[in-house]
Amino acid sequence: MRWPDRLAGMIGGLLLLAVLVPMGLMLWSLLEQGAGVLSMDFLLEDPRQAGRAGGIAALLVSTGWILAVCLLVAVPVGLGCALYLSEQVPAGTRRAQWLGGVLDMLAAVPSIVYGLFGYQFFAISLGLGFSILSGALALALMVLPLMIRSAEQALRGVPMSYRQASEALSISRWGWVRRILVPQAAPGIAVGIILSIGRALAETAVLLFTAGYVLRQPDSLLDSGRALSVHIYDLAMNVPGGMPRAAATGLVLVAILVILNLLVRRWLRPAQGAWQ
Amino acid sequence: MITTSSRFHADSLLSWLLRLTGAAAVLVLGGIVAVLLIQSAPFLVEHGSALWRNDWQPGQARYGMAAMIAGSVLVSVLALVIAGPLAVLLAAWLRYFAPLIRRPVLALVELMAGIPSVVYGLWGMLVLVPWINQWAPPGASWLAASLVLALMILPLALLVTDTALGQLPARYLQAGQALSLSRVGMLRRVLLPQAGPAIVSGLVLQFGRALGETMAVLMVAGNVVQWPTSLFDPVRTLTANIALEMAYATGDHRVALFVSGLLLLLVTAVLLMLSWRLRGERHEMA
Repeated sequence: MRWPDRLAGMIGGLLLLAVLVPMGLMLWSLLEQGAGVLSMDFLLEDPRQAGRAGGIAALLVSTGWILAVCLLVAVPVGLGCALYLSEQVPAGTRRAQWLGGVLDMLAAVPSIVYGLFGYQFFAISLGLGFSILSGALALALMVLPLMIRSAEQALRGVPMSYRQASEALSISRWGWVRRILVPQAAPGIAVGIILSIGRALAETAVLLFTAGYVLRQPDSLLDSGRALSVHIYDLAMNVPGGMPRAAATGLVLVAILVILNLLVRRWLRPAQGAWQ
Repeated sequence: MITTSSRFHADSLLSWLLRLTGAAAVLVLGGIVAVLLIQSAPFLVEHGSALWRNDWQPGQARYGMAAMIAGSVLVSVLALVIAGPLAVLLAAWLRYFAPLIRRPVLALVELMAGIPSVVYGLWGMLVLVPWINQWAPPGASWLAASLVLALMILPLALLVTDTALGQLPARYLQAGQALSLSRVGMLRRVLLPQAGPAIVSGLVLQFGRALGETMAVLMVAGNVVQWPTSLFDPVRTLTANIALEMAYATGDHRVALFVSGLLLLLVTAVLLMLSWRLRGERHEMA
């Protein structure tokens, strides 16, 4: 190898360290602060004293509800839109470009703007208030483009010959979609759902003034409920002495996301570009 | 015949349902734009020009956003200046100098991309801010915000660059090897310039992400409304301002926050169109 190549090889190694060291520090600092607090009780107890003591049980419940409602909206609508794109809009046409542009734009809208919209539209105009429902709906809109794109990719991956065969057998459109297309694309769609779950769990800004801050267990979907990510922010910024539990909650959240990531990896490698 | 007609029924119902969900995506975007516009319009007409002034004192009905716009731009530009070259060089290095570790490193990077922004912010509060505080108090600063953002946008910037390099025809590399060019020379003269537009297009999107990021910046930037005079001064970004004040804002103050949301949306749209242009995609909307 020539000397510029050898030099570049070494410099690259240093650059890699420049990325890996901060990441390692991140994990280490979370563990240093939070590991002492982390226990089974931490997961099973409700928070006390604004989160300074106790655990995160109520937050796991709120997060679960927010996630469930979010998926209940985002998955059917996302799948429908993906089917529309793959079945009724031929690639390369004006309409496909338009819809693609709209989806790109939706994906690029800052999450705080989804928060503003959700607050004004769901919480105030529709009168849902600071509630799990408001937060989950705003969140559903935010993950929608990701869900649509990954499901569309999965649907477009189904071989053309299947479609031709089903047309030759004069299977109805509905039968083709229900019996062949969606089952064939199911692993890819599942990956899309898992990616959407990850995105929804990681989100904070959307929920700040839609789902609200309330720490206790929610009674209904119209009750305010605090998600894990909001809890981390609030403990770290607004509650003196909240840092250990903020870090411990961060560890729980990261652990969930790592598991989801491994699940995606196991299930199916998302084709290139699924992260965009 | 009955089967045919019921089949026709299901099919046309399906087609309508799908069309409806397709329209839903457009409706969501239209709804966001409409809500922000309706909320902001009266204020824009009344105080429009005052927005560009420096004094943000909602208590005294002064809604100048210039310092926070500057804050957003400065923090994001520095983040991009740090993360952009690092991401491009690393992606090129992994692909052409260290192909053996490319897959595991990319897997790790994908994992990094999924880590919540509050956790990046928490890291900033736990490690970065105390560290900067040791030699330039208060620590929560423009620099801290940019470093956290840089680490946050790096994973996607790297993945996008890797994709762009992967789309180059293999014959470029083969031709280079046949001419016995050094790999550094190949990269500098051929590969990076060829993939350049796609890479820059991806970086523009990451710049947009940095501008729109709220939580990580909010937690480490110090949030003082001012033009920073050094890297170690606290700043407040537009996004952080919305998150901080929305909870108690009323009247014109509240509307001013919607105006800043609209501004963010507009800038995002412009950046997105720029990124389409660079990639040479012909979108009707651009």
